[in-house]
Amino acid sequence: MAVQFSEEKLNKVKEIIARYPEGKQKSALIPVLHLAQESFGGWLSAETMDYVASLLQIDPIEVYEVATFYSMYNLKPVGKYLFEVCHTGPCMVSGSDNIIEYIKERLGINVGETTADGLFTLKTVECLGACGYAPMMQLGKFYKEHLTKARVDEIIAECRAKAN
Amino acid sequence: MGRKLLLDKAHIEGIRYYDVYRKNGGYAAAEKALKSMSPDLVTEEVKKSGLRGRGGAGFPTGLKWSFLAKPEGVPRYLVCNADESEPGTFKDRYLMEFIPHLLIEGLLISSFALGANRTYIYIRGEYAWIPDILEEAIAEAHKNGWLGKNIQGTGFDLDIYVQRGAGAYICGEETALIESLEGKRGNPRIKPPFPAVKGLWQCPTVVNNVETLAAVVPIINIGGDEYAKYGTGKSTGTKLISACGNLNKPGVYEIDMSISVEEFIYSDEYCGGIPNGKRLKACIPGGSSVPILPANLLLKTAKGEQRMMTYESLNDGGFATGSMMGSGGFIVLDEDQCVVRHTMSLARFYHHESCGQCSPCREGTGWMKKVLLNIENGKGKESDIDLLWDIQRRIEGNTICPLGDAAAWPVAAAIRHFRDEFEWHVRHPEEAVKRNFGLAHYADPLPVAAPAAAV
Amino acid sequence: MAEEKKLFKVTIDNIPVEVEPGTTILNAARMIGGDVVPPAMCYYSKLQGSGGKCRTCLVKVSKGSDADPRPMPKLVASCRTTVMDGMEVANITSPEVLDARKGVVEFLLLNHPLDCPVCDQAGECDLQDLSYEHGVSSTRYEFKRRTFDKIDIGDHIKLHMTRCILCYRCVFTADQLTNKREHGILGRGDASEISTYIKNSLDNDFIGNVIDVCPVGALTDRTARFKNRVWFLKPVDAHCTCDKCSGKAVLWMRGDEIFRVTARKDKYGEVEEFICDTCRFERKDAKDWVIEGPRKVSRHSVISQGHYVGTRKPQETIARVMDGRAPKLLMDIHSVSEVNMPAVDLSKIDGPAHSNDFPKNNGAQ
Repeated sequence: MAVQFSEEKLNKVKEIIARYPEGKQKSALIPVLHLAQESFGGWLSAETMDYVASLLQIDPIEVYEVATFYSMYNLKPVGKYLFEVCHTGPCMVSGSDNIIEYIKERLGINVGETTADGLFTLKTVECLGACGYAPMMQLGKFYKEHLTKARVDEIIAECRAKAN
Repeated sequence: MGRKLLLDKAHIEGIRYYDVYRKNGGYAAAEKALKSMSPDLVTEEVKKSGLRGRGGAGFPTGLKWSFLAKPEGVPRYLVCNADESEPGTFKDRYLMEFIPHLLIEGLLISSFALGANRTYIYIRGEYAWIPDILEEAIAEAHKNGWLGKNIQGTGFDLDIYVQRGAGAYICGEETALIESLEGKRGNPRIKPPFPAVKGLWQCPTVVNNVETLAAVVPIINIGGDEYAKYGTGKSTGTKLISACGNLNKPGVYEIDMSISVEEFIYSDEYCGGIPNGKRLKACIPGGSSVPILPANLLLKTAKGEQRMMTYESLNDGGFATGSMMGSGGFIVLDEDQCVVRHTMSLARFYHHESCGQCSPCREGTGWMKKVLLNIENGKGKESDIDLLWDIQRRIEGNTICPLGDAAAWPVAAAIRHFRDEFEWHVRHPEEAVKRNFGLAHYADPLPVAAPAAAV
Repeated sequence: MAEEKKLFKVTIDNIPVEVEPGTTILNAARMIGGDVVPPAMCYYSKLQGSGGKCRTCLVKVSKGSDADPRPMPKLVASCRTTVMDGMEVANITSPEVLDARKGVVEFLLLNHPLDCPVCDQAGECDLQDLSYEHGVSSTRYEFKRRTFDKIDIGDHIKLHMTRCILCYRCVFTADQLTNKREHGILGRGDASEISTYIKNSLDNDFIGNVIDVCPVGALTDRTARFKNRVWFLKPVDAHCTCDKCSGKAVLWMRGDEIFRVTARKDKYGEVEEFICDTCRFERKDAKDWVIEGPRKVSRHSVISQGHYVGTRKPQETIARVMDGRAPKLLMDIHSVSEVNMPAVDLSKIDGPAHSNDFPKNNGAQ
């Protein structure tokens, strides 16, 4: 199936492009890539990126360059729920290592892996700007803060429930 | 109670929404500026206030504004730097989440002063839910005639757009931010030209931090002179400090820059001390890039004076015995923390975030991380400590943008002040992987050097 | 009346020079020439926007200008810093600069494979030259070096990313010389790489120039790779009638055989005029070209050894140092060996000998 935004999303793209002066539609690249990632399975395939390039009338290489630079774009498929746990200094002193270990144990995967059922992917990330509410992780659009083992259990259960 | 200028109304329920914000004195500053002041007069007030950039560099804001080139017929832009990514820093997030209209109002006044009709808020991509809050506030402001064409009948037009980044610390550097806003990789530009002359789309541009722009509101409300009465010396006004690490009450605090570091850590009004009766070992007072200080040098300067939460006092002693205010990310380490491990995590951070454009940073940050990882894992050698020193020395000052310095300073300061902890790691590798060096002598009072006698 | 342009007076390593406003420190130094010219690995005067990245050309500005004599607080990239009137710059006279440069060379070599013995660029490699001049003989890096697989990007170009120093020159070349850029810098930090992302072939009339601008052996010519060492080849200036480019090139020859065609490069290793891919990859027959004569090569270059212009024959020197006496022959090689052929006078062969110089019937025609 060819990659194609819905009418509604195409209107969103138009609205994004309109934020910039005429001829500067390349500026829309980062927001449109976010939109594409959300719309096409949580990751950016080469096909998706080529489609974005055609929408913004730029060369595909310009899209690849940007997509590979920013850490939020997934260039490979990821699980339905992506656990991005911060392990930078402030989170580390607040016990993020234990949380990462616990998630690994609970999900039976290592950092960078996806569970066999395709539900969970675990990643460690650098500072997310929630140092005062550490340890924490990003799950989709939102942050899960003040993580404890019990809280991790809850989050995993919530995800499982939602997936069913 | 310390006096507050930014968060004084943060506790009011519904302050996130226009009606409540307006009812509590919101948009009064904008009204004053747009209706009774000229753009130059606004800039003048900001200059008088002594406001310094709250993003980390502490450059005087009024001065920065006055550098903006104003060629005829070329649009000028204001860009709000909300790419808050410095480890330890989460103050801008608080402002945007809880009082978005304060930022919108600050942006309106600042855009008016700079003559910008199109303004962008560049927010870090991970703060994925905040653009919705900001966009809602922008829509409310539009509806109430504070944005759009002919604002409040003054003839001034302004549109504010929110742009999300996608995960890159480097985009907090203003020229990298501009590149990113142009839809490119976040590679910092080589300066000159400076953004004030050639910035966004090659037009004159001012990039300011969220807190800086929000502070413009109280400055206009109470006047620059009055604002300058807050704080101490050249550290005027109030500063948001995001406190984290081993503290009883981590969080965002607004401080009048006239309190001491000790009061900030231990008083109940602020961080409430260190949990579980542990003792303070070290602190990074201004975000991960600034030098780490052991407890003894943190609370008192080398001259034996009490260290205050001001730009000058935190910097007292320079890199030898002082640190910096930076972005106000206050990271506290208790006696159970390992400085080597913490430094390694920061080195890992900078390695991950280096854009890779210039060779010292691209190659040096990864090298430092690997050497530190070895030391941390009990595989280090005594010579590694000197090697680290040499690597950081050769990165610092030799890179395109300040990320190189930011990566070098934490390593340099850790070795400078905690060398014996590093040495213990390489001399006792088996012990080092099992336990921590502990507090050691890092909280012991330091002898105050007598003033040099005349020869 | 013609307006006289005001020139800026600059001093580099105590040598004064007058240059036009807008000139960079590096180009001012190039006007002086010699040792005071900072090395440049990423700057390329013909490519707009290049420079500033490698940091090898860092210099110290000890006096900003006559108007503002304060020194600049940090070392600056001379390729991207323009001169001011009265500026004073220290390059090789500044220990700080030399130390920083040593550091930069170490960083550049950190992940470089140092595979010069099997690298086609050896002998004409900017990084090799830089390392000889400013590097140290051993590395302090004890970790595994970064490696990438070699890939063919198109029929003509080999990309050996492991050797790349990320100077961005090839990216600027594709941007400025071709109508569609298909390769770029992907990834971030020390994981950055030159790539097309999905394996694309680069084909464009001028894309071959990326080989010439590459300061290392990361981009090489597949039509010439491993055919011969540059120092065994003789570079000659030649031109042809070409409808795409100026047709002015350098042929790298051995006998009548053209091994490689490149653009002509100046003494800073920069291409004088870019050439098209037809000239570079397809015109390998001497009949395609009008040969102008030997290319002048610096006598310090290893390439000059294959270049027998103005050299003396050994006999002349021997006669001179022995006051005109002939050397006493201890042994004639031909009396003990059948390998060498008396009929073939090696000294008459222009350049190193190869098999074609030795007729199959043992030379005894």
